[in-house]
Amino acid sequence: MDGNFDDVLSGEQKIRNFNINFGPQHPAAHGVLRMVLELDGEIVERADPHIGLLHRGTEKLMESRTYLQNLPYLDRLDYVAPMNQEHAWCMAIERLTGTLVPRRASLIRVLFSEIGRVLNHLLNVTTQAMDVGALTPPLWGFEEREKLMIFYERACGARLHAAYFRPGGVHQDLPPKLIEDIDEWAEAFPAVLDDIDSLLTENRIFKQRNADIGIVTEEDIQNWGFSGVMARGSGLAWDLRRAQPYECYDEFDFKIPVGKNGDCYDRYLVRMAEMREATKIIRQACEKLRNEPGDVLARGKVTPPPRGEMKTSMEALIHHFKLYTEGFHVPAGEVYAAVEAPKGEFGVYLVADGSNKPYRAKLRAPGFLHLQAMDYVAKGHQLADVAAIIGTMDIVFGEVDR
Amino acid sequence: MSEALNELGTHISLKRPDCVISYSIALDELTLEVVPSSLVGLAEFLKSDATCRFSTLVDITAIDHPEREARFDVVYHFLSMYQNHRIRLKCAVREDEMVPSITEIHPSAGWFEREVFDMFGILFSGHPDLRRLLTDYGFRGHPLRKDFPTTGYTEVRYDEAQKRVVYEPVSLVQEYRQFDFMSPWEGAEYILPGDEKTDGAKG
Repeated sequence: MDGNFDDVLSGEQKIRNFNINFGPQHPAAHGVLRMVLELDGEIVERADPHIGLLHRGTEKLMESRTYLQNLPYLDRLDYVAPMNQEHAWCMAIERLTGTLVPRRASLIRVLFSEIGRVLNHLLNVTTQAMDVGALTPPLWGFEEREKLMIFYERACGARLHAAYFRPGGVHQDLPPKLIEDIDEWAEAFPAVLDDIDSLLTENRIFKQRNADIGIVTEEDIQNWGFSGVMARGSGLAWDLRRAQPYECYDEFDFKIPVGKNGDCYDRYLVRMAEMREATKIIRQACEKLRNEPGDVLARGKVTPPPRGEMKTSMEALIHHFKLYTEGFHVPAGEVYAAVEAPKGEFGVYLVADGSNKPYRAKLRAPGFLHLQAMDYVAKGHQLADVAAIIGTMDIVFGEVDR
Repeated sequence: MSEALNELGTHISLKRPDCVISYSIALDELTLEVVPSSLVGLAEFLKSDATCRFSTLVDITAIDHPEREARFDVVYHFLSMYQNHRIRLKCAVREDEMVPSITEIHPSAGWFEREVFDMFGILFSGHPDLRRLLTDYGFRGHPLRKDFPTTGYTEVRYDEAQKRVVYEPVSLVQEYRQFDFMSPWEGAEYILPGDEKTDGAKG
């Protein structure tokens, strides 16, 4: 019992560890994380994250909806970079049905996946700066995010919950002006990155709060299943875009930035470098898109017929009606499709039973494993470092809780 | 691609004949059917063997087949960042059966196993901290089982009179809408009058 010092031991010897609740209403908890921290003075002895406060039962809901109706649920996982999740879902279905995506659709997917990467890293880098005390970076970063979300809106009509990638391609073609505007933005963006760089990279406070905090070794990466920047920050050049190329990433010229020390500061540097690489890919994709017109959907059973055809062909009209009511059937089988989402490996494990609904869909979120290692990484750090570690792990509760 | 996987499958089943029931390759993915009791040994072998080096645990999940005697399939995904390949392990378990925990070999299995326990009610023996993970404190039932209704059993609301959140049994103002969009002409067996005569003529 605390404060009950009636025995021979002095009070000083009976100091017990202090438990505090971090969140779920803490601004540095990046959403609804409740973490029970056991503190010895200001040193974290144990961290027990309680997740599930944003659990919406996505996987259960998916079992009673058709494949196409399930697609928008993927946007609501990691709502910072929605299209990257849709990508994994579409790839799983395409692999099961054997659909080949047209080249132009593939390029558009790469373009918007990289826009998603910039969206995510901008948010992460700048809010991490805010977590450790800087207020200007988020204001600058969000201005760029706003521009990118307008590109999202111009492509699909929604700023966040896009539902733009569809099994067999993308929903609609991009207008030529949009490609030009994205290219123009990508040309100007490195200068903005330089500005953010000048605010943070050599900033004394930012360095003190991040350097040598949350060091992750190569062994930790294996043990805790880290992926994405959490792995690359420690010098392990593991990137699914390069290691297990999907879509048409193999024809783009980009580098995989890696860190050296595996601390929060290196991961910040990796994210900054990745944004520059993503901008390069965006520019290459724009160039390719200009020269390669074509269809953006693999016409077949899983995709709707062209609008014009529906006006004249009865079969096309029936197909359209059946597709959006019954949905397409996916042959029985199981598949695991993974993409290199901005946060790490995002995977969809899909079990189909031959009907129009998935029998089981498991969404593998990178943030889930990163947060799991919280206890391991935060142990022995100061309480104030916990905020920096949560920031560097890039936790978004949409995907952790599902 | 599939040749390399075939080689890998043969390699594992030769080295560990007691663990692997069978292996198959579909859609460029290698799947091993394994016995639950040998999971720990096999996971350790996969991690340490030089040709396998499956050092990263990607995912653990389960699939519910209520009609089967061994009701659940527990599915493990592993990845080797060094050899650049993936593998899937599947083991069928009965509802009353325990699955050995692999947290000793892969610490990252901790939350995955907690999630599977939470969602399916499968118990993992040797897990250091098998609590519920995603559902509410004091939640009852296992939501991802096929016999658990999507609406659940309890709902919560803030009660103005009691000034707190109260739990109540679910009351739906209309029936939960589960449309069956399946084509009536697929799979239906229509018996038209007169059909029995042709069957009789054949027989």
